Amino acid sequence: MFKSGIADISRSLAAGEFSSEEITKAYLARIKEKDKELNSFITLCEEQALAQAKTADANRAKGEVHLLTGVPIAHKDIFCTTGIRTSCGSRMLDNFIAPYNATVVENFNQAGVITLGKTNMDEFAMGSSNETSYYGAVHNPWNKELVPGGSSGGSAAAVAAHLCPGATATDTGGSIRQPAAFCGLTGLKPTYGRVSRWGMIAFASSLDQAGTLTRSAEDAALMLNVMAGHDPKDSTSINIATEDYTTNLNKPLQGLKIGIPVQHFAKGLNAEVETNIRYALSEFEKLGATLKEISLPNSHQSVSAYYVIAPAEASANLSRYDGVRYGYRCENPKDLEDLYKRTRSEGFGAEVKRRIMIGTYALSAGYYDAYYIKAQKIRRLIKNDFDAAFTDVDVIMGPTSPHTAFKIGAQTNDPVSMYLEDIYTIAVNLAGLPGISVPAGLVNNLPIGLQIIGKNFSESHLLNIAHQFQQATDWHTRTREI
Amino acid sequence: MSISADDIAYIANLARLQLSEAEKQKAAHNFENILALIDQMQSADTDQLEPLSHAIETSQPLREDIVTEQNQRDELQKIAPKCEKGLYLVPKVLE
Repeated sequence: MFKSGIADISRSLAAGEFSSEEITKAYLARIKEKDKELNSFITLCEEQALAQAKTADANRAKGEVHLLTGVPIAHKDIFCTTGIRTSCGSRMLDNFIAPYNATVVENFNQAGVITLGKTNMDEFAMGSSNETSYYGAVHNPWNKELVPGGSSGGSAAAVAAHLCPGATATDTGGSIRQPAAFCGLTGLKPTYGRVSRWGMIAFASSLDQAGTLTRSAEDAALMLNVMAGHDPKDSTSINIATEDYTTNLNKPLQGLKIGIPVQHFAKGLNAEVETNIRYALSEFEKLGATLKEISLPNSHQSVSAYYVIAPAEASANLSRYDGVRYGYRCENPKDLEDLYKRTRSEGFGAEVKRRIMIGTYALSAGYYDAYYIKAQKIRRLIKNDFDAAFTDVDVIMGPTSPHTAFKIGAQTNDPVSMYLEDIYTIAVNLAGLPGISVPAGLVNNLPIGLQIIGKNFSESHLLNIAHQFQQATDWHTRTREI
Repeated sequence: MSISADDIAYIANLARLQLSEAEKQKAAHNFENILALIDQMQSADTDQLEPLSHAIETSQPLREDIVTEQNQRDELQKIAPKCEKGLYLVPKVLE
């Protein structure tokens, strides 16, 4: 039962092989048994999940069903949930119970999807290893001494360990795709604005996008069908009609033009990862695609520009945590200034403070043009690179990460090396494009990910390409028993 | 660029953060490394380019100026650290 994906569970529920209550109970029991070693959940929603499951079963009996009614999933603890704590991995929000649901959560609730719990994450989604969480590091199910990637490391570890068949996640610089690569999953980051950000705790608002971590592209399509759509409550959500993202899954890839950026195969890429990725690319040739070397000449600038733009936006977004309206407040403040400073210093962890300060510095008088405006100009250069590439090719492919998952603690003392983890993924966020990481091989028994980058709003095409690859290969079915 | 503990103290104050001496020393060291990464941007020729603040360049939607939110004061203040009679309480600002 636990090897099932979302599509399988949906079919079994429809066929009456088991009820939503039965599978929900089974997953809850498995989480309680197995998650002690992984730490992938911050909050388990046992009572609410069982109530939701009973309602789902009753609705199914009446014939009132959505395709995913009764399917249990987990939500990254960045999405606000009424009546259930939303911590964002931070002491600052350890006591925060949102008075409303995020639109993403509301959409799943409306479809009758069950919330098993809220998954662990890097604090305020700032990290690439899930080690900055106030609730402790998450362990990779493939090898518990390794990180699962981040920031959506809890969602990735939970799906990889079969503690849930799918989970929501968010991606600001690679936070869905890199954990997908490290945990052997399919991770979809949609186009900026495709999924509402309302009720999704803000990190860097011009880059943040919600997406999915699943065991297959088909499951990602089923989840995106529920999540995607225009939301008047998010003024940056795009008012373009959604589609049924499963429609094109089975289209053949004959004639597909794949761009291979030389910069994503340059120095720094692990040789065995490269071999596996090249092999995966040859699979696409067998499926009728053609490969063409392309150049994204400014891609080496993306990490630098990102570490101005994202912290700048974060420093503004996180100024709301002041100990007055909600969240953590320090004890016995002697005056208002002391209230602000101690609340923020005690409530935020080291990485969050570091990024707030970088952002504050980049936006401060005298540095704004040299840093912030310069970074935004680089952002245009990067977008122009992609625009030029897409006149020639349909999609761009390369490795998601330069190597496999690394050891917990290996990079915690060196912020810059941690920032460079997202070297192949960050440019995609700067340009707003959709991207998906799919399992594409094993190196030393650890999964690696192939990143597929598409044009704006080409999710349906990306899912089609990923699904066809998964019909031809079995990397996405590989797991490690825990 | 060299960053001193005083520079860090200045930035921390702007961000309303309070750091210990040890944290300031560590932050100064990390800051220099991060700024070295960021400063790689300066090598790019961007003279002819307009800054891009947003990947999807659309204007913000406008709507009628009508009340859409319901009054949820009690609900919202339930999660506040300190409230009284519908007001958020903070330490005394004026003597």
